[in-house]
Amino acid sequence: MAVDRAASTDPDALSWYEATARQRVVALADPGSVREFLPPTERRMSPHLPLFDLPRAFDDGIVVARATLDGDPVLIAAQEGRFMGGAFGEVHGAKLVGLLRAALDLKPRAVLILFDTGGVRLQEANAGETAIAETMRAIIEVRAAGIPVIGLIGGRAGCYGGGGLIAGTCSRLAVSEGGRISVSGPEVIETNKGAEEFDSRDRALVWRTMGGKHRRLTGGADAFCADTVAAFRRAALDLIGRAPAFDLATLEAEQARLQDRIARFGDCRDATEIWSRLGVNDPEAVPAMDTDAFDQIVTRIREADHDAR
Amino acid sequence: MTLAEILGSLFPDGHSVTVEDGLVRGTGPFAGGQATVVGIDGDTPLGVDGALTLSRAVLDAVRAGDKAPILVAVDSDSQRMSRRDELLGLNECLAHLAKALLLADLSGHPTVGLIYGHSAAGAFIATALATRVLAALPGANPSVMDLPSVARVTKLPLDRLEEMAKSTPVFAPGLDNMVATGAVHVVLDPDRPLDGQIRDLVAGIQPGDLRDRLGAERGGRPVARDVARAVVDQARLD
Amino acid sequence: MESLTFRHSTKRPLPGAVPSAITGVVASGNLEILLERVLPPDACEIAIATPIAGYGDVWEAVVADFVARAQPGGIRISINDGGARPDTVFLRLLQGARLMEA
Repeated sequence: MAVDRAASTDPDALSWYEATARQRVVALADPGSVREFLPPTERRMSPHLPLFDLPRAFDDGIVVARATLDGDPVLIAAQEGRFMGGAFGEVHGAKLVGLLRAALDLKPRAVLILFDTGGVRLQEANAGETAIAETMRAIIEVRAAGIPVIGLIGGRAGCYGGGGLIAGTCSRLAVSEGGRISVSGPEVIETNKGAEEFDSRDRALVWRTMGGKHRRLTGGADAFCADTVAAFRRAALDLIGRAPAFDLATLEAEQARLQDRIARFGDCRDATEIWSRLGVNDPEAVPAMDTDAFDQIVTRIREADHDAR
Repeated sequence: MTLAEILGSLFPDGHSVTVEDGLVRGTGPFAGGQATVVGIDGDTPLGVDGALTLSRAVLDAVRAGDKAPILVAVDSDSQRMSRRDELLGLNECLAHLAKALLLADLSGHPTVGLIYGHSAAGAFIATALATRVLAALPGANPSVMDLPSVARVTKLPLDRLEEMAKSTPVFAPGLDNMVATGAVHVVLDPDRPLDGQIRDLVAGIQPGDLRDRLGAERGGRPVARDVARAVVDQARLD
Repeated sequence: MESLTFRHSTKRPLPGAVPSAITGVVASGNLEILLERVLPPDACEIAIATPIAGYGDVWEAVVADFVARAQPGGIRISINDGGARPDTVFLRLLQGARLMEA
């Protein structure tokens, strides 16, 4: 396999948000340990994009690789949010599905999925949607085999559409301020339901409703990271060590957790109301908080940490 | 076929399946035991509340421990698009429903999807696409996005997209295209009793995820199977 | 989509032994460049796929400048263009050559 030669990078200095998928993988893993499968030299490109007169990418917007993390073998997939919004096309999705199937064979310490996606690639919509369903089933099989699947979310495309559902099947999620997790994107809601329902130009509303802090406070994510590769690496190592089992008890606990959330916050119009009810003293101050201050808040929120996923 | 006609054909001796706010739940006698039915009727969008109602029913079936079949009947809209749903973690709720169905499958319950109307996007993924075998009735209309919306997003003229859709099943809405990609395993015959057809499907359930193989054989996903296989092969070699 | 291929002779091979490298991303105003050390040491080939047709002479000039400056002998270069400006292309080509020399 070709060794990746993306510009070498200092994980402490490298912004997760700004980095490319390949830079994230190289800087996240142990130095020199990354071996990419179906690397760009194999030119496994989309057979469909030329029909739409659209440029292709040599890796179809996803890096799949094996590597080590603190010496332990891991499998890593990383979506490139700048290519077609990181969306799932046929090849892109199949590479992720293949990686998860390989995990059943190789039994790595964990599978890491570096989400950066708007969801399904419309030009290959049926293939993308089916691949998302295949990915979810494969994740569950990997988890049932006792292998944690950890999602890391902090890219410019966020984690939307089917990507949000896949994230919801992972054992654990780490998210940064920039990492939004949602099914319908702001523009999709506005287009379908009007600006009164969701004003997609109100960026503060987008972050409050779908952003990393809201997800972390409500237990939708298990770790909140500063926007550096080093922070995501630390979070990944921590989360691998405390991944919940996939069984009936876990899903019963998740059922109770989600029902409780709806019962307590179902009448809230804004995230700040939810944060207030969770016990955050000054919810208006949350969006501007730095990571340390926010972590302090999180330690006092009972709902933020759980094994119900 | 309507849901009532489907249930009548599935359970000729009667059943306890009800529809409330578009959510389908109940049981019926099936193959000498009971089958659980969950689903969405009437082009209803699936939001956080509905997803958790259905997942509750699926988990109850798993807890019963009888490994009885679970049928997922779907005529839905897409996911419910609202600020409230996203605020409350729609991605977690839809994923939870899918996980409940996947757990049922892992626990030995045959899970069979039956799409008889529309379904799209997140609602489709969380229900029908999370079953082991997905059957459709003629007239079903699964989609990711309708062509006028695709035209808007891709900035291509609608008539050109319609022309392309004739030769390329990979992006266009509709049942035939979802069959071609392998997402829908089989189209049932509405003129024959459904109970026997579903029983045959349950009896023929194979291990593994067949969808990329079907997509390759049917031409709707020409490369997915080979790509996934190549990743597995390279991972093994290395 | 328009495909362009340019072949050049170089005075020397590109130093280093890195077999392949990739830089950049296919995005609006950007491009990805894949470099592979697979040609005879005095040959260079550059293949471009671009969604913006009719700029063959601009590409030809940028590529000629790059070859004259970097002398990338032995390297096959493949470009997926997302509509990058000529100065971006030139910069990325030099960046790619540096990765191969590392």
